[in-house]
Amino acid sequence: MIDVQNLCKTYQLGNVNVSALKNATFSFERGEFVAIMGPSGSGKSTLMNLLGCLDLPSSGTYRLDGNDIQGMTPDRLAEIRNRKIGFVFQNFNLLPRASALENIELPLLYGRVPDSSKKAMSALDRVGLSERARHNPSELSGGERQRVAIARAIVNEPAIILADEPTGNLDSRTGKEIMNIFTQLNRDGVMVLLVTHEEEIAQYARHILLMKDGEIVKNAMIAEIAT
Amino acid sequence: MLILDLFKMALRSLIANKLRTFLTTLGIIIGVASVISMIAIGEGAKQQTLSTISKFGTNIISIKPGREKKRHVSGDRVVTLTLEDARAIESGVPLITGVAAQVYKAAQLKYSSKNTNTTVRGTGQDYGRLANFTIDRGRYFNMSEIRTSRQVAVLGATVVKNLFEETNENPVGKTIKVDGKNYLIIGSMEAKGALSWYDPDDQIFIPVTTAQKRLFGMDHVQSIDVQAANIEDLETIKEDIDRLLRLRHNIREDKESDFHVQNSSQWLNSWGDAAKTFTYLLGGVAAISLMVGGIGIMNIMLVSVTERTREIGIRKAIGAKKREILEQFLIESVLMSFLGGGIGILLGLVIAKTVSKMGGWETVVSVESILLAFGFSVGIGIFFGYYPANKAANMNPIDALRYE
Repeated sequence: MIDVQNLCKTYQLGNVNVSALKNATFSFERGEFVAIMGPSGSGKSTLMNLLGCLDLPSSGTYRLDGNDIQGMTPDRLAEIRNRKIGFVFQNFNLLPRASALENIELPLLYGRVPDSSKKAMSALDRVGLSERARHNPSELSGGERQRVAIARAIVNEPAIILADEPTGNLDSRTGKEIMNIFTQLNRDGVMVLLVTHEEEIAQYARHILLMKDGEIVKNAMIAEIAT
Repeated sequence: MLILDLFKMALRSLIANKLRTFLTTLGIIIGVASVISMIAIGEGAKQQTLSTISKFGTNIISIKPGREKKRHVSGDRVVTLTLEDARAIESGVPLITGVAAQVYKAAQLKYSSKNTNTTVRGTGQDYGRLANFTIDRGRYFNMSEIRTSRQVAVLGATVVKNLFEETNENPVGKTIKVDGKNYLIIGSMEAKGALSWYDPDDQIFIPVTTAQKRLFGMDHVQSIDVQAANIEDLETIKEDIDRLLRLRHNIREDKESDFHVQNSSQWLNSWGDAAKTFTYLLGGVAAISLMVGGIGIMNIMLVSVTERTREIGIRKAIGAKKREILEQFLIESVLMSFLGGGIGILLGLVIAKTVSKMGGWETVVSVESILLAFGFSVGIGIFFGYYPANKAANMNPIDALRYE
């Protein structure tokens, strides 16, 4: 499903080349639940951006569903993000002037999927918020907003959900609710890639990628680490 | 993404910033409104003038005393034209169908207990025909009445109305007093219709000789009108008249004439030139104000793109393509200029209507000016909206998402 070989990302800051990601190599199959951990500046975000097809690697290969994303045009990448990847962000990133339903509908509209409002409604139902369809994000609580964001991420039935600190702005009880939704989605067969620095949240995953200074220092099952 | 969804989103963002949207479109509104109303006023003035000229007749050559370059010299004091000049033209210039010498002055008319002030025009037998007047009742005066300076008068429609409307009498055969002297009414004219600043029906016509000797006490004439048989011959006739009169007035070749010859087509030409200048001027004003309006739109769109960087990032992350972002912002700016154009047209119409109501001024709103103004403003929206929209479309999604 995800196959990463010697993936590198180098940024140019003035005259200095900064290696944000060095020789990352790993692969995950469909249905994995992975927590990517590490201190800030360790390269988590860079890895997320690459896996989310928001950015292209400097070298190495990234195959998503067998497709090498190297050399793809921005529009082609947008198409892949639209069809195969769902994003969930720490600060929700909902459009403030659109209702919950309209926010969820947006990926369907960009993907030109028919029956968009019906599908958006059923996605909202899956996160248990159907009675809030007409509310704007400002009228929703933090947990509700994140659930709307999850509904938006899954509405196109993607193979992967990328969640970047999804519980970072929530209290621990709401955080648990959100993590339960991810667990449920994972059980339904969606691969969840979770970026977090909270051990507790990482416990929901089955697999951990630990990063430091742009390198993957540990790649193991949670069960193995515990022992 | 369907165009309708993009349209809805653009509309929503414009509505969310109502005041900003209004202020931004104000430039376009003012530009379009000024174009519409000014063209309407100019066009109205033009048509009014044209109809005046055509009422007077387009194949008429008019000779006035005085040098052409000194038009401000009052015709009354320049006494170079005479009745003999008119006769000489009539007998000596080919290709003409009528000559009418004229003298005119304001005078008071009295009939029984009624008074009115009007213009008394002393003229020849051809004048009624030259000036496109039609006899309503009675007849026009003839050669023998002119030769013998008879005190007869033909009344314009407004004068008839002023003096005879109440009693509903037939004016023909009645006697009126003109500055105290008795004149027999031998005919009345059909109404030609008044213009806002001039009523051709508010005058009476008497034989030119009568006017000169018995009423005004002058032996020159104030104007000679000559009718050409064909409009194509106007220039030839003008040259002939010029040559003839210079000869009669003993003017040496190196000296200027003491009269000037003009015709209504000259008038039309100079009006055409004035109208053209006016149009260029309007075009300039319109272009500048629409340009300023367009820069206003561009400015606000740039602000809007920056403000909504994160939104752009979100849209890109969930699969918006370059083109879809570009279209979204372009639709917004075009919508704004479209709105400005629409309101501007309405405002322009209101201004034009108000001007014609309050100023008694005719205004003509042409469909072309509306289409032009509208097309122009929408074009401005596209032109000035493209750069900000393109800037939004080319944003890097990662940077846009991270934007605070």
